[in-house]
This record gives sequence, structure tokens and C-alpha cells, in this order.
Amino acid sequence: MCSLCGLLGEAHWTDRSASPKAFGGGQRPPTRRQERLYRVKLVNEVLAYFALRLDDWQGQSFVLRSRTGKTEIVDDLMAVWSAAETMIGRKLDPTDPSLVGYLKQGATRH
Amino acid sequence: MRDNETHIPVSVITGFLGSGKTSLLQRLLNTPEFADTAVLINEFGEIGLDHHLLEEIDENTLLLQSGCICCTIRGDLKDAIRDLYSRRERGVIPPFRRLVIETTGLADPAPILATITSEPVIRHHFRLGNVITTVDAVNGVLHLRRQPESAKQVAVADRIVLTKTDIAEASEVDLVKAMLQRVNPTAPIIESADTPVDPAFLLAHDLHDDTHKLSEVKRWLQAESKDDGAHHHPRDVNRHDERISAFALTFDGALDWTAFGIWLTMLLQSRGEDVLRVKGILNVVDVPTPVVIHGVQHIVHPPVHMKKWPDDDKRSRIVFIVRDIPKEEIANSLSAFNRLARDLDRSHDAA
Repeated sequence: MCSLCGLLGEAHWTDRSASPKAFGGGQRPPTRRQERLYRVKLVNEVLAYFALRLDDWQGQSFVLRSRTGKTEIVDDLMAVWSAAETMIGRKLDPTDPSLVGYLKQGATRH
Repeated sequence: MRDNETHIPVSVITGFLGSGKTSLLQRLLNTPEFADTAVLINEFGEIGLDHHLLEEIDENTLLLQSGCICCTIRGDLKDAIRDLYSRRERGVIPPFRRLVIETTGLADPAPILATITSEPVIRHHFRLGNVITTVDAVNGVLHLRRQPESAKQVAVADRIVLTKTDIAEASEVDLVKAMLQRVNPTAPIIESADTPVDPAFLLAHDLHDDTHKLSEVKRWLQAESKDDGAHHHPRDVNRHDERISAFALTFDGALDWTAFGIWLTMLLQSRGEDVLRVKGILNVVDVPTPVVIHGVQHIVHPPVHMKKWPDDDKRSRIVFIVRDIPKEEIANSLSAFNRLARDLDRSHDAA
């Protein structure tokens, strides 16, 4: 998504559905902000495997950082993966068995 | 969520060369209730179409920064749809209620779908309807085996229209139907030669139509029950139909929506060209009603909330149509992401 679309309020499907309304009916639906922070936390569990980190930026964008100091501002979840791909120079494949193994270990740690 | 009343549905008719796209279109447009349909076609074939809302578009593509062919917004199509809408608004042409795009026989439908769902102006006025794929019963088997375009057109279909069944041998028809069901078990197959084609079933009944939403999802789930769990390994990599496999995954516990979104966006970014279709009904944590997910390659439709479950089974069920990706890889990966979410203390950071 380009920055202009961001200004125009284009929403990625993961953003659109992260609104409390979309979660409707639940006992205590999370606020948009809570959902966003939770999302960042989960994404970081995955990005840690690739030595990358994501931070929320003003509830509007995300900042992706590498350990070598590369930084990029991205608008939505899909853009996180494409920016990460450029940073590390390879695709981040969620079906990669070593990543899956790493995540399973992470799950037992928590 | 989109307002389905205000968005003009766009159906895409695709199919290999000579598979009867134009004949089908002609039959659909001849019915009075679909007379107010605007049509965009890629090429004028041998069959003359006499319709007052017919336009021809040229092939010219505009590649987005991502460089991925399936996310290409087609410049010609974009201009044609915008122009059509502008003329509709100015009253130059009648206020058409739906749009049908007929692709060329060798077209990959994905860029067309991307144009409708991603182009900033178009997506505010139009929404994606059904992808209808015509398959010629006489040559369909050969096309599916040899032509990657044909196999992909079938994989992304919401409806398959089997043409020329009257001139094909019964054994040919059976074989092509078996192949079609294997490549895309979610799309109903309509034999156009024997029965009158129901235009409403092809053009109007889709996931965004409130009266048919439930029956549409039920149809996908029937496809899911046909999956015997057998692992599919292509015998011959040159057979394009064999590289594509369809399978269903079922999850007993509720899925974490955030983890699912993270997982699916990551999968589509890295392997989207080989994830031809994702369709399913999800039981989401903290949400009492089902959420329907529906995607074609990198394009994911806005999730649809249903008022009730289609049957007593309240498990998440997702049908995947993929190329060269084993079922276990998808299943293990999604389970790992979901388990990670389940074990994280959601309220800890979010407070």
C-alpha cells in the first residue's frame, strides 16, 4: 500500500477485521489498540527467528528494524513481510520446518 | 465492511481458447433479468455479440512495485472500468447493475481480480462476484494437463461450466469432470449443453449476497468432506493439473484471529503464487458466530461474518487449493502459529 492510500484510510483486511465491531458479540472485545499491540507481540515472536523486530508507530504504522540498524516504516501486515524480505534478502516462509520447530519451542516456553 | 447494495458486482468469465466463453456470455445476456449487465471483453471472437453495453479492452499491463504478476493492476482494465463507471454516472450509458469481464483464453485471471479489489477508485464502486470458468469437454483433459493457464483458471473458479458435452464421448466427460473435481472441489460443475444455464446461479449467487451466503459456504464444506486425506504427490511435474492439489484442514479448537492473519499474510507474501485459493469458515476465539475467509492468491476478500453456523459442526474448516505445497506443511505451520497465540498471555501487554 502506498502512503497516499494510507492517508486516504485504505484498510488492509487484517486491519479492517481487527476492529472491536468485527469481533462483535464477545464478552470483552479487545479495543483496536489492544488488538494492535497483541498483533505486534505475536509478529515479534516470528520475526525474532529472523533477527528482526517490529514496533507500533502511533497506532498508524509499524517500524521494522534489523539488528544491523536497518529501519523501515510499513503500513500493514502484508507490508511487514515484504519489507522484511528485502531486509534479510530472502523470503520469510511460514511453512519452513525450522521456523515451525522454533515456534513450537517458543510456545512451550510461554 | 462493504455495503453490498452500493457496490456493483463484477463477474469474470474465463476459460481456455475455444472453450465457449462467448457463447456462454451470449446465453447469459439474453435473459431479461440480466440485460442491465455491462460487459468488457478482451477480444472479439468469431461469435458476434450484440449487446448495447459492450466494450473492448486492449492488453497492456502496469506492474506494481511488488513485481508480482498476480498483483499486477492491469492498466487497460482499470481505465476501461473507470471510464464505464464515469459514463454510467454521467448518464451517457444506462445505469448497469452488474459488470461481466470476459478474459482471453490464455489469461491468468488473478491480475483481473487484483484490479477490481485493489485499484483505489474501482474498489469503492465495484466488488468481486463469481469467477466462472468454461471448460471444453472434448479438449479439457488435454488443456488441463498441458496448459498451466487452463489448470489455474479452473483452480480459481467459483463456478465451472462444462461445454460441448453433447459432442464429447461419455467417457471423456467423466474423465474431465473427475479432473475438475480434483483440481477444484469447491466449484460446482454445470453441464451447459444438456441443461439450461441458470444465469442467477452463475452471476448473482455469491458470498456477498445475503440470501445465498449460507448455501455458498455449505457447498465449500461439502468439498471439504470429499477430501479423503490422501497425500497427493504429482507423478509427472509436466502435468499441470497434477501439480495442483486441493485439501481441507479442520481445527477442533477456536482459532486466534490475529495469529491467523499473521500466518496467512506471511504465507501469501512468500508463497502466494502457489496458493491459488483459500476458502473456509473459522471458529474465532471470543466470536460466537463464524467468520468466512476467502482468498485468491495474494487477494483476500474482507472477511464475512455469518449470523449462524451452516450446520452443527462448529469447527474451523479451511479448503486450500495449492500448487506444489504438501498438506502437512500448511497444517503444521498454521497449528504452530495458533498454538503460539494460545500460549501467549493476551492480556499481559494489551492492558
